[in-house]
Amino acid sequence: MDISNYLFLSAILFTIGAVGVVVRRNAIVVFMCIELMLNATNLAFVTFARINGNLDGQVASFFTMVVAACEVVVGLAIIVTMFRSRRSASVDDASLLKR
Amino acid sequence: MTTSTHLVYLIALPLVSAAILMLLGRIADKWGHILATLVSASAFAIGVSEFFAMKSRHGDARAATQTIFSWISVGSFKVDAALLLDQLSISFVLLITGVGTLIHIYSIAYMSHDRDRRRFFAYLNLFIAAMLLLVLGNSYLNLYVGWEGVGLASYLLIGFWNQKPAYATAAKKAFVANRVGDVGLSLAIMIAFAQFGTVTFAGVKAGAPHASSAALTAIGAMLLLAAAGKSAQFPLQSWLGDAMAGPTPVSALIHAATMVTAGVYLITRSNFIFDASSTARLLVVIVGAITLLFGAIVGTAKDDIKKALAASTMSQIGYMILATGLGPVGYAFAIMHLLTHGFFKAGMFLGAGSVMHGMDDEVNMRKYGGLAKFMPITTITFGLGYLAIIGVPPFAGFYSKDKIIETAFNAGGTKGILLGGAALLGAAITAFYMTRVVVLTFAGSKRWDEKAHPHESPVLMWLPMAILAIGSVASGFLLASGSAMVNWLAPVVNASGVEGGKELMKPIVVSLLALGVVVVGVAFAVIKYRTVPSVAPEDVSIFTKAARKDLYQDSLNEALLMRPGQKLTSGLVYTDDTLVDGAVRSVGFTLATVSGWVRKLQNGYVRTYALVMLIGLLALIATIWMVTL
Repeated sequence: MDISNYLFLSAILFTIGAVGVVVRRNAIVVFMCIELMLNATNLAFVTFARINGNLDGQVASFFTMVVAACEVVVGLAIIVTMFRSRRSASVDDASLLKR
Repeated sequence: MTTSTHLVYLIALPLVSAAILMLLGRIADKWGHILATLVSASAFAIGVSEFFAMKSRHGDARAATQTIFSWISVGSFKVDAALLLDQLSISFVLLITGVGTLIHIYSIAYMSHDRDRRRFFAYLNLFIAAMLLLVLGNSYLNLYVGWEGVGLASYLLIGFWNQKPAYATAAKKAFVANRVGDVGLSLAIMIAFAQFGTVTFAGVKAGAPHASSAALTAIGAMLLLAAAGKSAQFPLQSWLGDAMAGPTPVSALIHAATMVTAGVYLITRSNFIFDASSTARLLVVIVGAITLLFGAIVGTAKDDIKKALAASTMSQIGYMILATGLGPVGYAFAIMHLLTHGFFKAGMFLGAGSVMHGMDDEVNMRKYGGLAKFMPITTITFGLGYLAIIGVPPFAGFYSKDKIIETAFNAGGTKGILLGGAALLGAAITAFYMTRVVVLTFAGSKRWDEKAHPHESPVLMWLPMAILAIGSVASGFLLASGSAMVNWLAPVVNASGVEGGKELMKPIVVSLLALGVVVVGVAFAVIKYRTVPSVAPEDVSIFTKAARKDLYQDSLNEALLMRPGQKLTSGLVYTDDTLVDGAVRSVGFTLATVSGWVRKLQNGYVRTYALVMLIGLLALIATIWMVTL
């Protein structure tokens, strides 16, 4: 199997994630789409590491995972707070800086 | 030249008094008029002592100077605030303070019912100070300050009863007409400075013989414009009739005796300019001749006693201006007529005020009639002034006016005959309209309402009138005997050695001619006004209609100057609104519109921002890709 297919898969996943971020209203789904984009890049990193025969890309993907984990913690906390205060998880409802 | 240390008090006293009266306000109501009158009288006393001091000196030492402080010192341009009291100035100082004091006394009674009497006296003192500065300044710039000062005082006093809109408008009209003349004076000063590098009278006089004739003519024409504005001469005379809106003492002091003669002073003071430019002299005599006829004709048709006297003032000043344009010999006669005119015209104005005082401020002469019985003193003083102005010997006007007519005839050639003829015709018309005023007011049957109770005025009012009447009788003889005035002014106006002109007629012939036309004028008026309708007849000749309308000068000014001026300003306002304001507003409008569009991007939706970021990122990648390709 040609190794560049992984790159195409990564691009497709990233595009799905990006489109999801733009078109979906539910904050959880948007959040999941962001995770999807991050992991699409992870896939690209790992693939490039394999193509180049060194470990740089794999190391970078670890960093991405750590950052993503932190982001989940903070992001979910924000979403929960928003839901508590507005009874809604729609990102369009949060179009103002104050209520 | 003598150096003096107390000339400044002449100006400082009335100026300080004016400031006190204006600053203290109602506190000074009780004694303000007394202070003002005392100050004016003490200025007169200083003037008299200066006069005798001057008489005791001889030759060049007669003129006194005082430098008060260095006013302007910029590079080569140096002007001192300095005073010059010479034979010409002292004549004016005595007239201003003397007549001024009498009118202060008169005003105490005349304005006694006015709650703003203190303010009136403050303005009077301000006027005295400014007028003294005008005649005492030793340079054109110092004169200019006084010139503007009297303009201000005149404005304030014409509009003294400014609660009536018509009076306020009259004050504004006088001020604006005067401004036109003031422009002439400032231009004359600028040209003089450019030409001579100095603006003192002595400096300009020293430089005048070496200057180009074009520059001298320009300065002379501009000075004439200034004189025309201040002295109500053609074509700037229209304000004087309306200036009668002011209280009558103001008309007597400012608009008959002193301020309106400032133009004559200016031309006489600048004799070295006019002596050197025959074109400027020609302009002066033309203006003088036109105005003396103009004023006389207007005077024949006015029913308002003060406006008739105002037209007469205009005409008499026309005589003076005419005399000043006749060269060195004319100046002394102009000043002589100015002084005698100061007496008899101020006296007649005060008489008119006395009549108005007794007739509930009625000014229409057609509502008077037969007042001689009720106001004997006013009638006598007014009558003496009347005899003086029409030029009956031995009253004052005979000596001064006759000399002017004679000098005009001697001007030479066609010019002399034209000018002399105009002056003679003016004398006839003067006799006619002044007789008309006297007949309408004091003779005939009574035409006033039952409500009016004519009565003689109090002593404070008739005493100044009586003193001025004595002046109207005696001043002409005193000034003319032994050519006193001519000799007195000779050092100032270089009148020595100009008597050599060819005489067209013997002086006695001129006097008889003048007397003849005066008799005709008087007789004509007496016959015409045997009966007077109490309402002005409407079916009058076209000439009477024109004279009633001031010979359409107002309409002319309106059509030539006012309406185009209004068009110009409204055009400028339109340009300002559309072009200047339009540019500013369109910048604001454009910014607001563009911001409106851009603001829509900031809608607060996270997804929009994400999309924009995505598009931007794609554009960035595309760019990098295309660059590296």
